[in-house]
Amino acid sequence: MWGGGKLSYFGGRFLGVLGPGCRSSQTKGPRLISSAVYSKNQLSWTLEIKPGVFNEYRNMWFKSYRMTFSCLNRMKSYRYPWTRLYSTSQNTVDSSEVKTFLALAHKWWDEQGIYAPLHSMNDLRVPFIRDNLLKVIPNHQPGKPLSGMKILDVGCGGGLLTEPLGRLGASVIGIDPVNENIKTAQCHKSFDPVLDQRIEYRACSLEEIVEDTAETFDAVVASEVVEHVLDLETFLQHCCQVLKPGGSLFVTTINKTQLSYALGIVFSEQIAGIVPKGTHTWEKFVSPEKLESILEPSKY
Amino acid sequence: MAARLAVSRWGLAPAVYRGPLVSCRRWSGASADTVYDVVVSGGGLVGAAMACALGHDIHFCDKKILLLEAGPKKVLEKLSETYSNRVSSISPGSATLLSSFGAWDHICNMRYRAFRRMQVWDACSEALIMFDKDNLDDMGYIVENDVIMHALTKQLEAVSDRVTVLYRSRAVGYTWPCPFTMKDSSPWVHITLGDGSTLQTKLLALVSMQIGADGHNSGVRQAAGIQNVSWNYDQSAVVATLHLSEATENNVAWQRFLPSGPIALLPLSDTLSSLVWSTSHEHAAELVSMDEEKFVDAINSAFWNDANHTDFIDSAGTMLQYAISLLKPTKVSARQLPPSVASVEAKSRVLFPLGLGHAAEYVRPRVALIGDAAHRVHPLAGQGVNMGFGDISSLVHHLSTAAFNGRDLGSMNHLTGYETDRQRHNTALLAATDLLKRLYSTNATPLVLLRTWGLQATNAVSPLKEQIMAFASK
Repeated sequence: MWGGGKLSYFGGRFLGVLGPGCRSSQTKGPRLISSAVYSKNQLSWTLEIKPGVFNEYRNMWFKSYRMTFSCLNRMKSYRYPWTRLYSTSQNTVDSSEVKTFLALAHKWWDEQGIYAPLHSMNDLRVPFIRDNLLKVIPNHQPGKPLSGMKILDVGCGGGLLTEPLGRLGASVIGIDPVNENIKTAQCHKSFDPVLDQRIEYRACSLEEIVEDTAETFDAVVASEVVEHVLDLETFLQHCCQVLKPGGSLFVTTINKTQLSYALGIVFSEQIAGIVPKGTHTWEKFVSPEKLESILEPSKY
Repeated sequence: MAARLAVSRWGLAPAVYRGPLVSCRRWSGASADTVYDVVVSGGGLVGAAMACALGHDIHFCDKKILLLEAGPKKVLEKLSETYSNRVSSISPGSATLLSSFGAWDHICNMRYRAFRRMQVWDACSEALIMFDKDNLDDMGYIVENDVIMHALTKQLEAVSDRVTVLYRSRAVGYTWPCPFTMKDSSPWVHITLGDGSTLQTKLLALVSMQIGADGHNSGVRQAAGIQNVSWNYDQSAVVATLHLSEATENNVAWQRFLPSGPIALLPLSDTLSSLVWSTSHEHAAELVSMDEEKFVDAINSAFWNDANHTDFIDSAGTMLQYAISLLKPTKVSARQLPPSVASVEAKSRVLFPLGLGHAAEYVRPRVALIGDAAHRVHPLAGQGVNMGFGDISSLVHHLSTAAFNGRDLGSMNHLTGYETDRQRHNTALLAATDLLKRLYSTNATPLVLLRTWGLQATNAVSPLKEQIMAFASK
């Protein structure tokens, strides 16, 4: 059985496989997460890998694995024939991904439904983002620890991560290329008067934010997005462009390893049906080394 | 659980089937009602303490909390000379909760009585059990309910920017949200008050199941579809404030199990004690209506009379006692007698019926049951209000973490954490209390023998006693 929070770090980087907890009426899919916090204008950057500590979930199915990264996998080129070039930037929205998500647009907020894994991941993502942002806020108000922060949630979907960040006091703008997602998100937040004011949703792509507005943010969050974009380098460049000096970029994604293929695609999609088929393509998974190699040489 | 590893898609059957909430209506659009973060429905000690604990929690600074209190606001300018007859035994765990939001200091400034020892013995034999802590630390505190209420009210006023208290208001109707989010349907719980106004909340903490003027077995539980296990005991409890014959140190709590029910004497001051006597309905009615002298005689004889002893049991008990003293050289203290009672405070005799109750589920989406709504217990173990305070402790802990993680307060995620915590503790306590009550309600020889030996054996095993005390003082 998985020994709760007793994963220990040894030497280099490693990945904790998150055993999904089986509560009596919920299941969560296994997620392997690597997250990077990149602070602008810093020479070095920290790669934080979050071992999942699901201490709320009492019954564990899977054993945990400790793995060190093997070698860096060469990423295939992402440039697809239909990529358009307009002005100086490239569109990173993958229209086939858009189609996949369009079909599931109204299911975001069903906590036991298709998006249950994402709901349960909030237990990891929100403390991760919150704690790292608190490090840069000098004195924060209890009750609204993130107040005063402007956050951009790229690929917000139905607002699963946007709403908790809003509840913690931040002003959040959530963007998503799928119109239906934005509508669902908009509808869901409209019932809560506090969130209604703190969160704004826009159905657009990151490129439109970069080009059309001159807004900059204290933090940009791209959670479970980079494995769905067309051009990773450009996408990350744009993320950095909209960051204020000293701002933070949070990226969470599924790691690209054999284990993630086995668990994330074969098991979750094909066998157990936890995630709808076709949601993920293993070729598009990103490993932490890949992210590191993209972000380091950039002048940000 | 491994067996439920289904290969099918989301087909995992929940271990506990939670039926759909009945009376679910669709509300279109956002109305002009105030949306509260937490509404505590039902005041009293547990409701007020819940609102207080949330109000003083650091992660709830900018949240809106509402307390619906059915009674009027009680302002206690001066502590009355006479002690109230409704008192509660507060365990150290509850005292910690009360001090976490500053109410315990107010209680200390008013009045309370600590007791250091508890003697529990049988009317049908010499067996007894004596509880005390190693350094004779305080085992618990006897505090009047009015004093606790006043302390809570003061602390509620201190956080009036977050906590609103509506006095003389009671919820008359609840509308639960639909189990799955539908467009244009409000996800909050809608509450209708007695005066017709409505409000919405993200989380409803139900302390009292009363709707309007219904009894405590009201339609809320049925409307919410929560199964409840309950039965009435054939006993009523008589409470009174008693004057002792002479002033003593009075820091011992006494309880004797008579065949008709337990009688307990709890210290209030050097000269006063509180009586809790659970007995049959007829006898209870008699006790309340008989004149003072006869009442006092009845109490004294209940504590001192050995008429129920039989030779057989006595010799069996002595035998085991001898065996124990051989195995365990330390001397077990002999039975002490409680102080004698001289008179009873005028007009302080009241009776109330007893029963047991336990809700099968403590939580539903956006609803949590705490206190009497969740459980009801016999007063023989002095745990009723402590269980409620324990519920508050656990729920506030879970809600606080959820708030700091930006979670939706009504989400079942953390509510089920609270339910598991508390059901484990409360079920055990309820079962034990019920078992004790039944075991001691008879003077049939085999059972008397069993319980005599059991009590003596438990008294001899100190680690076991310590475990019992630890469990009860959480």
